[in-house]
Amino acid sequence: MRTIRAAAIGAVTLSLALAASACGGGSSNGGGSDSNPKTLTYWASNQGASIEIDKKVLQPELDKFQKQTGIKVKLEVVPWSDLLNRILTATTSGQGPDVLNIGNTWSASLQATGALLPWDAANFAKIGGKDRFVDAALGSTGAQGKDPAAVPLYSMAYALYYNKQIFADAGITKPPATWSELVADGKKIQAKGKQVIGAEGANVSENIHHVFVFAKQHGADFFTPEGKPDFTSDAAVAGVKQYVDLMAKDKVIPKGNAEYAQNQSVSDFAKGKTAMLLWQSAAANLKSQGLSESDYGIAPVPVQSGTPGTGTQVNSMVAGINLAVFKNSGNLDGATKFVKFMTSDAEQKILNTAYSSIPPVKGAQADAAFNNQANAVLKNTLAQSAAPLPQVADESQFETAVGTAVKELFADVAAGRTVTTESVKAKLQKAQQQMPTK
Amino acid sequence: MTTTTPEAVEHPVRKNSPGAASGPRRRTGRIRRLGLPYLLLLPALILELLVHLVPMVIGIVMSFKELTQFYIRDWGTAPWSGFDNYRMSVDFDAPVGEALLHSFFVTVGFTLLSVGLCWLIGTAAAIFMQDTFRGRGLLRALFLVPYALPVYAAVITWVFMFQHDNGLVNHVLHDQLHLTDKPSFWLIGDNSFWALLTVSVWKGWPFAFLIVMAGLQNIPRELYEAAALDGAGVWQQIRRITLPSLRPVNQVLVLVLFLWTFNDFNTPYVLFGKAAPEAADLISVHIYQASFVTWNFGTGSAMSVLLLLFLLLVTGVYLAVTSRGRRAADV
Repeated sequence: MRTIRAAAIGAVTLSLALAASACGGGSSNGGGSDSNPKTLTYWASNQGASIEIDKKVLQPELDKFQKQTGIKVKLEVVPWSDLLNRILTATTSGQGPDVLNIGNTWSASLQATGALLPWDAANFAKIGGKDRFVDAALGSTGAQGKDPAAVPLYSMAYALYYNKQIFADAGITKPPATWSELVADGKKIQAKGKQVIGAEGANVSENIHHVFVFAKQHGADFFTPEGKPDFTSDAAVAGVKQYVDLMAKDKVIPKGNAEYAQNQSVSDFAKGKTAMLLWQSAAANLKSQGLSESDYGIAPVPVQSGTPGTGTQVNSMVAGINLAVFKNSGNLDGATKFVKFMTSDAEQKILNTAYSSIPPVKGAQADAAFNNQANAVLKNTLAQSAAPLPQVADESQFETAVGTAVKELFADVAAGRTVTTESVKAKLQKAQQQMPTK
Repeated sequence: MTTTTPEAVEHPVRKNSPGAASGPRRRTGRIRRLGLPYLLLLPALILELLVHLVPMVIGIVMSFKELTQFYIRDWGTAPWSGFDNYRMSVDFDAPVGEALLHSFFVTVGFTLLSVGLCWLIGTAAAIFMQDTFRGRGLLRALFLVPYALPVYAAVITWVFMFQHDNGLVNHVLHDQLHLTDKPSFWLIGDNSFWALLTVSVWKGWPFAFLIVMAGLQNIPRELYEAAALDGAGVWQQIRRITLPSLRPVNQVLVLVLFLWTFNDFNTPYVLFGKAAPEAADLISVHIYQASFVTWNFGTGSAMSVLLLLFLLLVTGVYLAVTSRGRRAADV
């Protein structure tokens, strides 16, 4: 009995010892240690038409990085529906990626959590300095007066995409430059049996991007300079109402679009059902849906009157993706090197071409590849007439509250209810009451 | 240590004074004997604590904190807020409380209708399937399909069917049957409640069918034969034999359906996304929105704790009432 037990204990000890030494052998061969880590985890946002396409675009670049530095980057492309939740979970648990993409409108909200590495002068120096980046893109990297929470990676802007054939059939010679021209053109398009302009009425983020611009054009900001929510000013109400009225009064957005939330409006445009679409950097997406670049034109988003510019002439938000470093990363040095690599002129050209976005890096933006007609519109918009969404800590809550209010207003129009200044104001009032009080 | 064998000690003790056990040896023996079952249960107990109770306790602790985006990185620094989160949740004059109350009523109405319909359809189908006929196996299998499908795949199919412009539902109701003046919106506005109820019942009734079918197997055929001899019709047989015999099955079935439906998150989330229409604003999605979308995890936790208390209360009352009724019936 006793010998058997002794034998058993011996066997277990031996196997444990073997296992432990095997592990030790493995890691020492791999060469990994805290002082000289050889891996990074990177969460990329879904920029291409699918996650698979993104992997194909990014993997060769990551291999290049590995060849240069010896650091292996583990890539995960996270769909938009999960990205913010994943980041919040990583923040809460402290277990996250080393480097990650964030929607640039989240910058200030995520900055407030303290989970992201602040880009102070010293950190910027490691990637070639702050002046390498375009000012408009830097304006959407965190609250004013604080060190940016991320650096710009891809820049995008809204533009008016129009179907050349439908315009020709309706006898429209040039794309509308003001909203009243758009409504007038709409009548001609409807006379030809086509839908005028698409919208994602049930998509909270899309709603916010549009009403932000409309409010700007009426001279309103959704936050006071002190960062307090101010959703119910007359100008803000007028801006929101004008957007909803495109469906309610002007009837240029089809009522069916009130329930769109899965980019059906892009499909409608690609299929030639609707004549116009307001979208950000849609070229790659439209191409994947089979619409050739010669079939559509790109024009600046309309304004109330005159030409796009600053102040009430704003016609787009500063859209884009920022690259952030997770403060808890065990490989801060490698992470910074990776950011430097991704924002280098050469990589910026490759990546922004693949995603039909504009490089936020001056050196890359000057390249001829970004000077064709489509990119010229987006580039001019970014440079001259785009404004960043409010850079306040409560931005994420604002998107949800006001975006949902607009979704409900569209639902009211779809159900045949009339939308008045009072009803818009009441919805915005409710949204404002949902905002954090502290 | 003594050299006495356990038998030598135990026998005299048992013989002389069975009630007053004495001697350390005897005590450890008994502890060991009594302790063994608990020792064997320990792994399960630890896992149960880890999987169920710990998150619940953490949730309760969170509900007393002001856990917003400024503190989620380091929970320890989040200030204690006492009952503030609860006060905010149940202040029905303020927008947050009012919305929660509205969501609560929507959920109660939805749950009652959904559970009632699931049970009714499931029971009716199980009773019809009791007699053998050609194709019964096929029908049974077919009925269980909605239950076997992955939730996401099933509900996203419904989303396509409920679409305003190209959906199957409007095509049938409006284009073919001409029941409505114009195509209806199902995924936004007031109709969304009925869309949600339809999907929920479609998804839930096969479970009721399955359980009732199993319950029916336990009712002896002789009862029906005797009843038929006494001249009882089908309806009377169902009322006097089937339903009373199914009582214990139904008791559990209705409770489980109630809890599942009340807490259902997947169906409304896939159907409507993050911002559910007011008419179909179920409480689980509402709480998700209050915590994840507005980044206020303290308030979200407080609402969850309130929901937990409510469900505990309902379950407790339900079990007390139904078991008392059953005991009375047994006597």
